[in-house]
Amino acid sequence: MQNYNLTHLEQLESEAIFILRETAAQFERPGLLFSGGKDSIVMAHLAAKAFNPAKIPFPFVHVDTGHNFPETIEFRDKFIAEQGVQLIVGSVQDSIDRGTAMEESGPNASRNALQSVTLLETIEKESLDACLGGGRRDEEKARAKERFFSHRDAFGQWDPKNQRPELWNLFNGRKSPGENFRVFPLSNWTEMDVWQYAKIENIELPNLYFCHEREVIDRNGSLLAVSEFVTPRENENPSKQTVRFRTIGDATCTGAVQSNASDLDEVIAEVAASRVTERGSRADDRRSEAAMEDRKKQGYF
Amino acid sequence: MTEQNSYLDMDLLRFTTAGSVDDGKSTLIGRLFHDTKAIFEDQLEAIEKSSKQRGDEHVNLALLTDGLRAEREQGITIDVAYRYFATPKRKFIIADTPGHIQYTRNMVTGASTANLALILVDARNGVVEQTRRHTFIADLLGIKHIAVCVNKMDLVGYEEEAYEKVLQQYTDFASRLENVTDLTFIPISALKGDNIVDRSENMSWYKGPPLLYHLENIYVGSDSNHVDARFPVQWVIRPHSDEHHDFRGFSGRVAGGVFKTGDEVTILPSGFSTKISKILKGDEEIDEAFHPQSVTILLEDEIDVSRGDMIVKPNNQPKISQDVDAFICWFSGTKKLTKGGKFIFRHTTKEAQAIVADIRYKVNVNSLRKMEDAESFDMNDIGRISLRISQPVFHDSYRRNRNTGSFILVDPFTNETLAAGMLR
Repeated sequence: MQNYNLTHLEQLESEAIFILRETAAQFERPGLLFSGGKDSIVMAHLAAKAFNPAKIPFPFVHVDTGHNFPETIEFRDKFIAEQGVQLIVGSVQDSIDRGTAMEESGPNASRNALQSVTLLETIEKESLDACLGGGRRDEEKARAKERFFSHRDAFGQWDPKNQRPELWNLFNGRKSPGENFRVFPLSNWTEMDVWQYAKIENIELPNLYFCHEREVIDRNGSLLAVSEFVTPRENENPSKQTVRFRTIGDATCTGAVQSNASDLDEVIAEVAASRVTERGSRADDRRSEAAMEDRKKQGYF
Repeated sequence: MTEQNSYLDMDLLRFTTAGSVDDGKSTLIGRLFHDTKAIFEDQLEAIEKSSKQRGDEHVNLALLTDGLRAEREQGITIDVAYRYFATPKRKFIIADTPGHIQYTRNMVTGASTANLALILVDARNGVVEQTRRHTFIADLLGIKHIAVCVNKMDLVGYEEEAYEKVLQQYTDFASRLENVTDLTFIPISALKGDNIVDRSENMSWYKGPPLLYHLENIYVGSDSNHVDARFPVQWVIRPHSDEHHDFRGFSGRVAGGVFKTGDEVTILPSGFSTKISKILKGDEEIDEAFHPQSVTILLEDEIDVSRGDMIVKPNNQPKISQDVDAFICWFSGTKKLTKGGKFIFRHTTKEAQAIVADIRYKVNVNSLRKMEDAESFDMNDIGRISLRISQPVFHDSYRRNRNTGSFILVDPFTNETLAAGMLR
């Protein structure tokens, strides 16, 4: 008999495509949360495969903190144009202007937590009943308990102690009016799987992920890029270093790592040898032990 | 092939672990992670810090999986935690489930997607009630491979006698299992690292491989059903574009068997037959599709096919019936299952209504005895019932095919998942 085995990446791909199709089938109006980071790019690539040769049957949603690396927005617009999908932008600045969100103050102020407000407002305004996110269970300990189909009540809250059990390939997306779901097709992927898949599928990623020279400062152990949003304080000395980003988020809290990895092969080798997690460079997760759980309960991705 | 791109032929093993607070499960997972470099410095630093804060004497590796605030506060694991590690040979997904008696549902959930169950036995205590419960659930959920780790061998002086005693006890009751075809025993010390990655020098009497080698090499490829072709239609692709004007593709995940271009197929429930004209995997055309591939099938004739329908082979069809008999595990803590109860029945890509026609018996998961006088199911109860479904269900017995033999019951009012079921 022939060998009917799949590699780990083929199995993960098949599972993610199944989840994407299930989302299209079970919900009236899903949206795909697209940040321009590698996880959402890989998810979008999988969505294109899932519905080929038709177009992806749902819009992309970008929750924009306004604190972007310019490269991210450039990449986003090009990608959207190629896919021919609709883009919905929810702006954190608009939420602040409307008075529904308030800018944090203090030395480590960030708009990261405010994204939840804007996301929930966008969900309501666009009547989205499911949001596909690129979150992975290996990212963070609260995410390790996350479901593929994660139920949110009418306030967008996650109740981790009362999650629906998920068995086999059976996903329960039933809900009452006003409630919605977050769906995570990459749940079982690790950071390494994402890089390896990007490599074998030849997926184009923003150049922020590869080494480049950049002016950075060291703030609480995170190497932050000096930009209009991050200005050095008195005792901080900016220096030019060769760095790359392992994750791309809000520019005020996404740390770079020193690296000489210039292509996917080198990134894969570097990740294999790395001794810290990718979120180790994220200031937003360093706030407290349960920082992610608290944000997720309030409606975070 | 260089080490760097060995991932191109790595495969995947999903396994589940269950155990009580003291049997060393967390230590074992921590050890596997540590020795395969899956635990990172910032994670280790974080749990060292919180262990110290909590006044724990040792670094408490359970904090690695117990991510929720309530779990940390109460020192318990509430939910199934999924953990990942990889060696150059395989990627592993662990469904780590808590061992408390009230969390049978989590064990069932974790076991539903696993190929292997790792069961820990404390060498000092031997087979206990909990060992039997875990084994019963693993078997019920159709797991074919069980690895029994006889742990804490360091505390019994690495004596073969203690290991043999456990082996004997376990084999005695395992003879009653229905699905398990492969039972492996490994004497270990998770704490000291004996027989985890390398063979232990303390137990030269043990001739088998260490645990990681076993996990890396166990063959699970034949666990899937590649005989009975089943394709539940998940989504219909109609591009509505000029370029693909007449394109109609039926997407889904192969639930069993093999489909090839040119194969004659029958569509259920309509019963129409046609041939497969093309199979797509993403944008790539392939000659054959098998479980668990997600593909799109194109048919030669224009036949009405929609989500919930099933594509099969004319000479190998599933059971088609509105009356089904099943083993279920009841999950809900607020609602009971009683005769006449009405639920939503989700099976493959289909949804229907179900009425409980009969409660046959419940099983005491500790003694494994049948209780024939049962009138209702409460949380964590396991047993056998009969259901009447509002439309015919295309199914196989769970033993034959996990994908076409499994279902869930959903509450029509609260939408919660109330039970998991395995068709007979």
